[in-house]
Amino acid sequence: MSALAKRIIPCLDVDNGRVVKGVQFVDIRDAGDPVEVARRYDEEGADEITFLDITASHEDRDTTIHTVERMASEVFIPLTVGGGVRKLEDIRALLQAGADKVAINSAAVSNPEFVRQAAEKFGSQCIVVAIDAKQVDAPNGDSRWEIFTHGGRKPTGLNAVAWAVQMASYGAGEILLTSMDRDGTKNGFDLGLTRAVSDGVNIPVIASGGVGDLQHLADGVLEGGADAVLAASIFHFSEYSIAEAKSFMAEQGIEVRL
Amino acid sequence: MSDFRSRIAVLDYGMGNLHSAAKALEHVAPGDHVVITSDPLEVARADKVVFPGVGAIRDCMAEIRRLGFDDLVISAIAEKPVLAICVGMQAVMSHSEENGGVDGLDILPGQVRYFGDDLRAADGERLKVPHMGWNKVHQTIDHPVWHGIEQDTRFYFVHSYYVAAQQPSDVAATCDYGPQFSAALARGNLFAVQFHPEKSHTAGLQLLKNFVNWDGKS
Repeated sequence: MSALAKRIIPCLDVDNGRVVKGVQFVDIRDAGDPVEVARRYDEEGADEITFLDITASHEDRDTTIHTVERMASEVFIPLTVGGGVRKLEDIRALLQAGADKVAINSAAVSNPEFVRQAAEKFGSQCIVVAIDAKQVDAPNGDSRWEIFTHGGRKPTGLNAVAWAVQMASYGAGEILLTSMDRDGTKNGFDLGLTRAVSDGVNIPVIASGGVGDLQHLADGVLEGGADAVLAASIFHFSEYSIAEAKSFMAEQGIEVRL
Repeated sequence: MSDFRSRIAVLDYGMGNLHSAAKALEHVAPGDHVVITSDPLEVARADKVVFPGVGAIRDCMAEIRRLGFDDLVISAIAEKPVLAICVGMQAVMSHSEENGGVDGLDILPGQVRYFGDDLRAADGERLKVPHMGWNKVHQTIDHPVWHGIEQDTRFYFVHSYYVAAQQPSDVAATCDYGPQFSAALARGNLFAVQFHPEKSHTAGLQLLKNFVNWDGKS
Protein backbone atom coordinates (compact mmCIF):
# COMPACT_ATOMS: atom_id res chain seq x y z
CA MET A 1 0.00 0.00 0.00
CA SER A 2 1.28 3.44 -0.89
CA ALA A 3 2.30 5.59 2.08
CA LEU A 4 0.60 8.60 0.48
CA ALA A 5 -1.93 9.68 3.09
CA LYS A 6 -5.62 9.99 2.31
CA ARG A 7 -6.44 13.60 3.00
CA ILE A 8 -9.07 15.05 5.32
CA ILE A 9 -10.20 18.45 4.13
CA PRO A 10 -12.48 20.68 6.16
CA CYS A 11 -14.51 22.95 3.92
CA LEU A 12 -15.39 26.53 4.77
CA ASP A 13 -18.46 27.79 2.96
CA VAL A 14 -18.03 31.52 3.21
CA ASP A 15 -20.77 34.09 2.72
CA ASN A 16 -19.76 37.72 2.93
CA GLY A 17 -16.72 37.00 5.06
CA ARG A 18 -18.34 34.54 7.50
CA VAL A 19 -18.26 30.74 7.58
CA VAL A 20 -21.73 29.31 7.06
CA LYS A 21 -23.07 25.90 6.27
CA GLY A 22 -26.38 25.31 4.59
CA VAL A 23 -28.50 22.19 4.63
CA GLN A 24 -28.98 21.33 0.97
CA PHE A 25 -27.99 24.90 0.16
CA VAL A 26 -30.92 26.57 1.92
CA ASP A 27 -30.82 26.84 5.70
CA ILE A 28 -27.65 28.66 6.71
CA ARG A 29 -25.96 28.72 10.14
CA ASP A 30 -23.10 31.00 11.15
CA ALA A 31 -19.89 29.20 12.16
CA GLY A 32 -17.50 32.10 12.56
CA ASP A 33 -14.53 33.98 11.13
CA PRO A 34 -12.93 31.95 8.34
CA VAL A 35 -9.36 32.73 9.39
CA GLU A 36 -10.05 31.69 12.99
CA VAL A 37 -11.76 28.52 11.83
CA ALA A 38 -8.95 27.68 9.39
CA ARG A 39 -6.34 28.18 12.12
CA ARG A 40 -8.19 25.79 14.41
CA TYR A 41 -8.32 23.13 11.67
CA ASP A 42 -4.64 23.67 10.93
CA GLU A 43 -3.82 23.08 14.60
CA GLU A 44 -5.99 19.97 14.69
CA GLY A 45 -4.06 18.48 11.78
CA ALA A 46 -6.19 19.20 8.69
CA ASP A 47 -4.37 18.16 5.52
CA GLU A 48 -5.73 21.02 3.43
CA ILE A 49 -8.40 23.70 3.67
CA THR A 50 -11.05 24.34 1.06
CA PHE A 51 -12.66 27.77 0.99
CA LEU A 52 -15.84 28.10 -1.05
CA ASP A 53 -17.18 31.58 -1.59
CA ILE A 54 -20.86 30.76 -1.81
CA THR A 55 -22.13 34.22 -2.60
CA ALA A 56 -19.43 35.20 -5.04
CA SER A 57 -21.21 38.29 -6.17
CA HIS A 58 -18.97 40.97 -7.62
CA GLU A 59 -18.99 43.17 -4.53
CA ASP A 60 -17.74 40.30 -2.38
CA ARG A 61 -14.65 39.52 -4.45
CA ASP A 62 -12.52 41.96 -2.51
CA THR A 63 -13.68 40.49 0.79
CA THR A 64 -12.74 37.04 -0.47
CA ILE A 65 -9.30 38.09 -1.67
CA HIS A 66 -8.63 39.81 1.61
CA THR A 67 -9.76 36.77 3.63
CA VAL A 68 -7.57 34.46 1.51
CA GLU A 69 -4.59 36.75 2.11
CA ARG A 70 -5.10 36.67 5.86
CA MET A 71 -5.58 32.92 5.86
CA ALA A 72 -2.48 32.26 3.74
CA SER A 73 -0.35 34.31 6.14
CA GLU A 74 -1.33 32.15 9.08
CA VAL A 75 -2.04 28.68 7.78
CA PHE A 76 0.80 26.71 6.19
CA ILE A 77 -1.09 23.87 4.56
CA PRO A 78 -2.57 23.85 1.05
CA LEU A 79 -5.51 26.15 0.48
CA THR A 80 -8.07 25.66 -2.29
CA VAL A 81 -10.43 28.51 -3.10
CA GLY A 82 -13.58 28.22 -5.20
CA GLY A 83 -16.76 30.10 -5.99
CA GLY A 84 -17.28 32.55 -8.81
CA VAL A 85 -14.06 31.68 -10.65
CA ARG A 86 -14.82 32.64 -14.26
CA LYS A 87 -11.77 34.29 -15.76
CA LEU A 88 -8.01 33.72 -15.86
CA GLU A 89 -7.74 37.00 -14.01
CA ASP A 90 -9.83 35.57 -11.12
CA ILE A 91 -7.39 32.66 -10.84
CA ARG A 92 -4.36 34.91 -10.93
CA ALA A 93 -5.81 37.13 -8.18
CA LEU A 94 -6.55 34.16 -5.92
CA LEU A 95 -3.12 32.58 -6.44
CA GLN A 96 -1.47 35.92 -5.73
CA ALA A 97 -3.51 36.25 -2.56
CA GLY A 98 -2.03 32.94 -1.41
CA ALA A 99 -4.40 30.24 -2.69
CA ASP A 100 -2.57 27.10 -3.82
CA LYS A 101 -5.41 25.69 -5.89
CA VAL A 102 -8.49 27.20 -7.45
CA ALA A 103 -11.77 25.32 -7.94
CA ILE A 104 -13.69 25.97 -11.15
CA ASN A 105 -17.34 24.94 -11.25
CA SER A 106 -20.01 26.55 -13.48
CA ALA A 107 -17.47 28.31 -15.67
CA ALA A 108 -16.11 24.90 -16.70
CA VAL A 109 -19.59 23.80 -17.75
CA SER A 110 -20.33 26.94 -19.74
CA ASN A 111 -16.85 27.00 -21.32
CA PRO A 112 -14.79 23.80 -21.00
CA GLU A 113 -11.90 25.47 -22.85
CA PHE A 114 -11.49 27.72 -19.81
CA VAL A 115 -10.16 24.71 -17.88
CA ARG A 116 -7.65 23.93 -20.62
CA GLN A 117 -6.47 27.55 -20.72
CA ALA A 118 -6.23 27.72 -16.94
CA ALA A 119 -4.19 24.51 -16.73
CA GLU A 120 -1.86 25.68 -19.49
CA LYS A 121 -1.42 29.08 -17.89
CA PHE A 122 -1.07 28.15 -14.23
CA GLY A 123 -0.34 24.41 -14.30
CA SER A 124 -2.63 21.46 -13.63
CA GLN A 125 -1.44 21.28 -10.02
CA CYS A 126 -3.54 24.32 -9.12
CA ILE A 127 -6.66 23.63 -11.18
CA VAL A 128 -9.44 21.76 -9.40
CA VAL A 129 -12.68 21.13 -11.26
CA ALA A 130 -15.67 21.08 -8.91
CA ILE A 131 -18.54 18.87 -10.00
CA ASP A 132 -22.00 19.02 -8.43
CA ALA A 133 -23.94 15.91 -9.41
CA LYS A 134 -27.39 14.46 -8.78
CA GLN A 135 -28.68 11.02 -9.48
CA VAL A 136 -31.29 11.03 -12.25
CA ASP A 137 -33.39 8.25 -13.68
CA ALA A 138 -33.03 7.60 -17.36
CA PRO A 139 -36.15 6.67 -19.42
CA ASN A 140 -34.96 3.05 -19.66
CA GLY A 141 -34.97 2.76 -15.88
CA ASP A 142 -31.19 3.02 -15.40
CA SER A 143 -29.88 5.74 -13.19
CA ARG A 144 -26.90 7.96 -13.78
CA TRP A 145 -25.43 11.12 -12.34
CA GLU A 146 -25.99 14.44 -14.00
CA ILE A 147 -24.13 17.70 -13.45
CA PHE A 148 -26.15 20.55 -11.96
CA THR A 149 -25.04 24.16 -11.66
CA HIS A 150 -26.34 27.21 -9.81
CA GLY A 151 -26.43 25.57 -6.40
CA GLY A 152 -28.16 22.47 -7.73
CA ARG A 153 -31.01 24.24 -9.51
CA LYS A 154 -29.91 24.03 -13.12
CA PRO A 155 -29.55 20.68 -14.92
CA THR A 156 -26.95 20.54 -17.68
CA GLY A 157 -27.57 17.18 -19.33
CA LEU A 158 -23.91 16.29 -18.71
CA ASN A 159 -23.02 12.86 -17.37
CA ALA A 160 -20.85 13.34 -14.28
CA VAL A 161 -18.45 10.47 -14.97
CA ALA A 162 -17.88 11.39 -18.63
CA TRP A 163 -17.49 15.02 -17.63
CA ALA A 164 -14.82 14.18 -15.02
CA VAL A 165 -12.90 12.20 -17.66
CA GLN A 166 -13.15 15.13 -20.07
CA MET A 167 -11.98 17.64 -17.44
CA ALA A 168 -9.00 15.44 -16.56
CA SER A 169 -8.06 15.31 -20.25
CA TYR A 170 -8.32 19.13 -20.37
CA GLY A 171 -5.71 19.41 -17.66
CA ALA A 172 -7.61 19.46 -14.35
CA GLY A 173 -5.27 18.30 -11.58
CA GLU A 174 -8.00 17.16 -9.22
CA ILE A 175 -11.78 16.66 -9.04
CA LEU A 176 -13.90 17.97 -6.16
CA LEU A 177 -17.00 15.81 -6.40
CA THR A 178 -20.15 16.83 -4.52
CA SER A 179 -23.35 14.83 -4.39
CA MET A 180 -26.17 17.37 -4.38
CA ASP A 181 -28.51 14.64 -3.17
CA ARG A 182 -26.41 14.12 -0.06
CA ASP A 183 -25.03 17.57 0.64
CA GLY A 184 -26.20 18.70 4.07
CA THR A 185 -28.12 15.48 4.80
CA LYS A 186 -25.55 13.76 7.05
CA ASN A 187 -26.46 10.47 5.39
CA GLY A 188 -22.96 9.81 4.02
CA PHE A 189 -21.33 10.26 0.63
CA ASP A 190 -22.95 8.95 -2.53
CA LEU A 191 -20.48 6.05 -2.68
CA GLY A 192 -21.64 4.83 -6.09
CA LEU A 193 -20.95 8.23 -7.61
CA THR A 194 -17.62 8.53 -5.81
CA ARG A 195 -16.48 5.09 -6.95
CA ALA A 196 -17.58 5.65 -10.55
CA VAL A 197 -15.70 8.94 -10.85
CA SER A 198 -12.62 7.79 -8.92
CA ASP A 199 -12.28 4.67 -11.07
CA GLY A 200 -12.93 6.69 -14.20
CA VAL A 201 -10.12 9.23 -13.87
CA ASN A 202 -6.40 9.04 -13.18
CA ILE A 203 -6.31 12.25 -11.12
CA PRO A 204 -7.15 12.53 -7.41
CA VAL A 205 -10.82 12.77 -6.43
CA ILE A 206 -12.13 14.54 -3.32
CA ALA A 207 -15.45 13.13 -2.10
CA SER A 208 -17.90 15.71 -0.77
CA GLY A 209 -21.48 15.99 0.37
CA GLY A 210 -23.29 14.17 3.15
CA VAL A 211 -20.79 13.45 5.92
CA GLY A 212 -22.58 12.99 9.22
CA ASP A 213 -20.17 10.78 11.14
CA LEU A 214 -16.65 9.40 11.03
CA GLN A 215 -17.64 6.12 9.41
CA HIS A 216 -18.83 8.14 6.42
CA LEU A 217 -15.32 9.56 5.98
CA ALA A 218 -13.77 6.09 6.10
CA ASP A 219 -16.38 4.73 3.68
CA GLY A 220 -15.54 7.47 1.18
CA VAL A 221 -12.01 6.08 0.97
CA LEU A 222 -12.64 2.35 1.45
CA GLU A 223 -15.80 1.99 -0.63
CA GLY A 224 -15.83 5.13 -2.73
CA GLY A 225 -12.12 4.98 -3.62
CA ALA A 226 -11.69 8.68 -2.85
CA ASP A 227 -8.19 10.14 -2.46
CA ALA A 228 -9.45 12.78 -0.07
CA VAL A 229 -12.62 13.39 1.92
CA LEU A 230 -14.20 16.76 2.52
CA ALA A 231 -16.64 17.74 5.25
CA ALA A 232 -17.96 20.93 6.73
CA SER A 233 -20.60 20.86 9.43
CA ILE A 234 -19.29 17.90 11.47
CA PHE A 235 -16.11 19.89 12.03
CA HIS A 236 -17.55 23.40 12.29
CA PHE A 237 -19.88 22.64 15.13
CA SER A 238 -17.19 20.57 16.90
CA GLU A 239 -19.12 17.31 16.70
CA TYR A 240 -15.77 15.76 15.84
CA SER A 241 -12.22 17.09 15.65
CA ILE A 242 -9.94 16.46 12.69
CA ALA A 243 -7.69 14.46 15.02
CA GLU A 244 -10.58 12.17 15.99
CA ALA A 245 -11.42 11.68 12.33
CA LYS A 246 -7.83 10.71 11.57
CA SER A 247 -7.54 8.26 14.46
CA PHE A 248 -10.79 6.65 13.39
CA MET A 249 -9.60 6.28 9.81
CA ALA A 250 -6.21 4.93 10.91
CA GLU A 251 -8.00 2.26 12.98
CA GLN A 252 -9.74 1.17 9.81
CA GLY A 253 -6.40 0.65 8.09
CA ILE A 254 -6.38 3.90 6.10
CA GLU A 255 -3.06 5.74 5.66
CA VAL A 256 -3.44 9.14 7.28
CA ARG A 257 -1.04 11.83 8.41
CA LEU A 258 -1.21 11.75 12.19
CA MET B 1 23.12 52.53 11.24
CA SER B 2 23.92 49.23 9.59
CA ASP B 3 21.34 46.55 9.11
CA PHE B 4 22.26 43.16 10.53
CA ARG B 5 19.14 41.45 9.33
CA SER B 6 19.77 38.80 6.77
CA ARG B 7 18.24 39.10 3.34
CA ILE B 8 16.36 36.23 1.77
CA ALA B 9 15.60 36.60 -1.92
CA VAL B 10 12.72 34.59 -3.39
CA LEU B 11 13.37 34.46 -7.13
CA ASP B 12 10.46 35.74 -9.17
CA TYR B 13 10.45 34.66 -12.79
CA GLY B 14 6.73 34.95 -13.30
CA MET B 15 5.92 31.33 -12.53
CA GLY B 16 3.51 30.49 -9.81
CA ASN B 17 2.84 31.09 -6.23
CA LEU B 18 5.79 32.83 -4.63
CA HIS B 19 3.64 34.34 -1.96
CA SER B 20 3.20 31.08 -0.09
CA ALA B 21 6.96 30.62 0.09
CA ALA B 22 7.55 34.25 1.08
CA LYS B 23 4.84 34.18 3.76
CA ALA B 24 6.21 30.98 5.27
CA LEU B 25 9.75 32.43 5.32
CA GLU B 26 8.48 35.62 6.97
CA HIS B 27 6.77 33.44 9.54
CA VAL B 28 9.95 31.51 10.48
CA ALA B 29 12.34 34.45 10.12
CA PRO B 30 10.41 37.46 11.39
CA GLY B 31 13.63 39.44 11.90
CA ASP B 32 14.89 38.99 8.34
CA HIS B 33 14.14 40.75 5.07
CA VAL B 34 12.22 38.49 2.71
CA VAL B 35 12.04 39.93 -0.79
CA ILE B 36 10.31 38.56 -3.86
CA THR B 37 12.50 39.76 -6.67
CA SER B 38 13.61 39.41 -10.26
CA ASP B 39 16.38 41.98 -9.85
CA PRO B 40 19.86 40.42 -10.24
CA LEU B 41 21.37 43.05 -7.92
CA GLU B 42 18.88 42.17 -5.21
CA VAL B 43 19.78 38.50 -5.61
CA ALA B 44 23.50 39.32 -5.55
CA ARG B 45 23.21 41.12 -2.21
CA ALA B 46 20.96 38.49 -0.62
CA ASP B 47 22.37 36.16 2.01
CA LYS B 48 20.08 33.30 1.03
CA VAL B 49 18.18 32.51 -2.14
CA VAL B 50 14.97 30.54 -2.61
CA PHE B 51 14.33 29.21 -6.12
CA PRO B 52 10.69 28.13 -6.36
CA GLY B 53 8.72 27.02 -9.36
CA VAL B 54 5.39 25.58 -10.37
CA GLY B 55 3.73 24.81 -13.66
CA ALA B 56 5.20 23.45 -16.84
CA ILE B 57 8.99 23.10 -17.09
CA ARG B 58 9.18 24.44 -20.65
CA ASP B 59 7.63 27.77 -19.62
CA CYS B 60 9.75 27.87 -16.47
CA MET B 61 13.02 27.25 -18.33
CA ALA B 62 12.08 29.74 -21.05
CA GLU B 63 11.53 32.46 -18.44
CA ILE B 64 14.66 31.50 -16.49
CA ARG B 65 16.78 31.82 -19.65
CA ARG B 66 15.02 34.96 -20.90
CA LEU B 67 15.69 36.74 -17.60
CA GLY B 68 19.25 35.45 -17.36
CA PHE B 69 18.39 33.55 -14.19
CA ASP B 70 20.39 30.54 -15.34
CA ASP B 71 23.69 32.31 -14.63
CA LEU B 72 22.17 34.02 -11.61
CA VAL B 73 21.24 30.71 -9.96
CA ILE B 74 24.61 29.15 -10.80
CA SER B 75 26.54 32.07 -9.33
CA ALA B 76 24.26 32.22 -6.27
CA ILE B 77 24.96 28.53 -5.55
CA ALA B 78 28.70 29.25 -5.73
CA GLU B 79 28.37 31.85 -2.98
CA LYS B 80 25.45 31.24 -0.64
CA PRO B 81 22.77 28.81 0.46
CA VAL B 82 20.12 28.19 -2.18
CA LEU B 83 16.87 26.29 -1.62
CA ALA B 84 15.19 24.99 -4.79
CA ILE B 85 11.55 23.95 -4.45
CA CYS B 86 9.45 21.66 -6.69
CA VAL B 87 9.92 22.74 -10.32
CA GLY B 88 12.91 24.77 -9.06
CA MET B 89 14.48 21.43 -8.11
CA GLN B 90 13.56 19.93 -11.47
CA ALA B 91 15.10 22.94 -13.25
CA VAL B 92 18.55 22.34 -11.72
CA MET B 93 18.70 18.84 -13.24
CA SER B 94 20.21 17.96 -16.62
CA HIS B 95 17.04 17.26 -18.54
CA SER B 96 13.28 16.80 -18.19
CA GLU B 97 11.09 14.64 -20.38
CA GLU B 98 8.14 17.01 -19.80
CA ASN B 99 6.82 19.00 -22.81
CA GLY B 100 8.59 16.70 -25.27
CA GLY B 101 12.00 17.15 -23.63
CA VAL B 102 13.50 20.27 -22.06
CA ASP B 103 17.11 20.87 -21.02
CA GLY B 104 17.58 22.02 -17.44
CA LEU B 105 20.37 24.03 -15.83
CA ASP B 106 22.47 20.86 -15.44
CA ILE B 107 23.77 21.90 -12.03
CA LEU B 108 23.10 18.38 -10.76
CA PRO B 109 23.24 15.41 -13.13
CA GLY B 110 20.01 13.50 -13.54
CA GLN B 111 16.72 13.18 -15.33
CA VAL B 112 13.20 14.40 -14.64
CA ARG B 113 10.71 11.69 -15.60
CA TYR B 114 6.94 11.29 -15.90
CA PHE B 115 5.21 9.04 -13.36
CA GLY B 116 3.19 7.50 -16.19
CA ASP B 117 -0.49 6.98 -16.95
CA ASP B 118 -0.73 3.55 -15.36
CA LEU B 119 1.27 3.96 -12.21
CA ARG B 120 1.22 1.10 -9.70
CA ALA B 121 2.62 0.52 -6.25
CA ALA B 122 4.71 -2.62 -5.68
CA ASP B 123 1.58 -4.45 -4.49
CA GLY B 124 -0.38 -3.50 -7.62
CA GLU B 125 -2.37 -0.65 -6.03
CA ARG B 126 -3.31 1.96 -8.63
CA LEU B 127 -1.67 5.33 -7.99
CA LYS B 128 -3.17 8.59 -9.20
CA VAL B 129 -1.09 11.20 -11.04
CA PRO B 130 -0.33 13.93 -10.02
CA HIS B 131 1.25 12.61 -6.84
CA MET B 132 -0.75 14.92 -4.60
CA GLY B 133 -0.76 14.98 -0.83
CA TRP B 134 1.31 14.05 2.21
CA ASN B 135 3.92 11.36 1.69
CA LYS B 136 6.81 10.04 3.76
CA VAL B 137 10.22 11.58 3.16
CA HIS B 138 13.06 9.22 3.98
CA GLN B 139 16.24 11.13 4.86
CA THR B 140 19.34 9.45 3.43
CA ILE B 141 21.98 11.80 4.83
CA ASP B 142 22.56 13.97 7.87
CA HIS B 143 22.21 17.59 6.91
CA PRO B 144 21.63 20.83 8.84
CA VAL B 145 18.42 21.35 6.86
CA TRP B 146 17.00 18.12 8.38
CA HIS B 147 17.67 19.32 11.92
CA GLY B 148 14.81 18.49 14.29
CA ILE B 149 12.79 16.71 11.58
CA GLU B 150 12.04 13.09 12.32
CA GLN B 151 12.88 10.34 9.89
CA ASP B 152 9.97 9.53 7.51
CA THR B 153 8.04 12.69 8.33
CA ARG B 154 5.30 13.46 5.80
CA PHE B 155 5.57 16.50 3.55
CA TYR B 156 3.12 17.88 1.00
CA PHE B 157 3.81 16.96 -2.63
CA VAL B 158 2.10 17.91 -5.85
CA HIS B 159 3.86 16.86 -9.05
CA SER B 160 3.53 14.59 -12.08
CA TYR B 161 7.27 14.43 -12.87
CA TYR B 162 9.98 13.22 -10.54
CA VAL B 163 13.74 13.54 -10.25
CA ALA B 164 15.97 10.54 -10.82
CA ALA B 165 19.37 11.79 -9.65
CA GLN B 166 22.37 10.25 -11.37
CA GLN B 167 24.77 10.59 -8.43
CA PRO B 168 23.66 8.76 -5.29
CA SER B 169 25.84 11.15 -3.27
CA ASP B 170 23.57 14.06 -4.26
CA VAL B 171 20.47 12.44 -2.74
CA ALA B 172 19.35 13.81 0.63
CA ALA B 173 15.98 12.02 0.84
CA THR B 174 13.84 9.59 -1.09
CA CYS B 175 10.11 9.00 -1.42
CA ASP B 176 8.20 6.00 -2.78
CA TYR B 177 5.36 6.52 -5.22
CA GLY B 178 5.58 3.72 -7.75
CA PRO B 179 9.27 4.30 -8.34
CA GLN B 180 11.49 5.47 -5.51
CA PHE B 181 12.45 9.02 -6.46
CA SER B 182 14.64 11.81 -5.11
CA ALA B 183 12.56 13.83 -2.65
CA ALA B 184 15.53 16.03 -1.75
CA LEU B 185 19.02 16.65 -3.11
CA ALA B 186 21.99 18.35 -1.50
CA ARG B 187 25.36 19.40 -2.85
CA GLY B 188 27.46 22.22 -1.41
CA ASN B 189 25.32 25.33 -1.03
CA LEU B 190 22.36 23.83 -2.83
CA PHE B 191 19.48 22.07 -1.11
CA ALA B 192 16.59 21.05 -3.35
CA VAL B 193 13.21 19.58 -2.42
CA GLN B 194 10.45 18.13 -4.57
CA PHE B 195 7.81 18.71 -1.88
CA HIS B 196 6.49 22.07 -0.70
CA PRO B 197 7.94 22.98 2.71
CA GLU B 198 5.89 26.19 2.68
CA LYS B 199 2.75 24.02 2.66
CA SER B 200 3.95 21.24 4.95
CA HIS B 201 2.80 22.59 8.29
CA THR B 202 5.15 22.23 11.27
CA ALA B 203 7.74 20.05 9.54
CA GLY B 204 7.85 22.35 6.54
CA LEU B 205 8.28 25.44 8.69
CA GLN B 206 11.06 23.67 10.61
CA LEU B 207 12.83 22.90 7.31
CA LEU B 208 12.57 26.53 6.22
CA LYS B 209 13.85 27.68 9.59
CA ASN B 210 16.78 25.28 9.26
CA PHE B 211 17.52 26.65 5.81
CA VAL B 212 17.44 30.22 7.09
CA ASN B 213 19.88 29.25 9.86
CA TRP B 214 22.18 27.24 7.57
CA ASP B 215 25.45 28.83 6.52
CA GLY B 216 25.83 26.62 3.46
CA LYS B 217 28.36 24.06 2.26
CA SER B 218 26.64 21.54 4.56
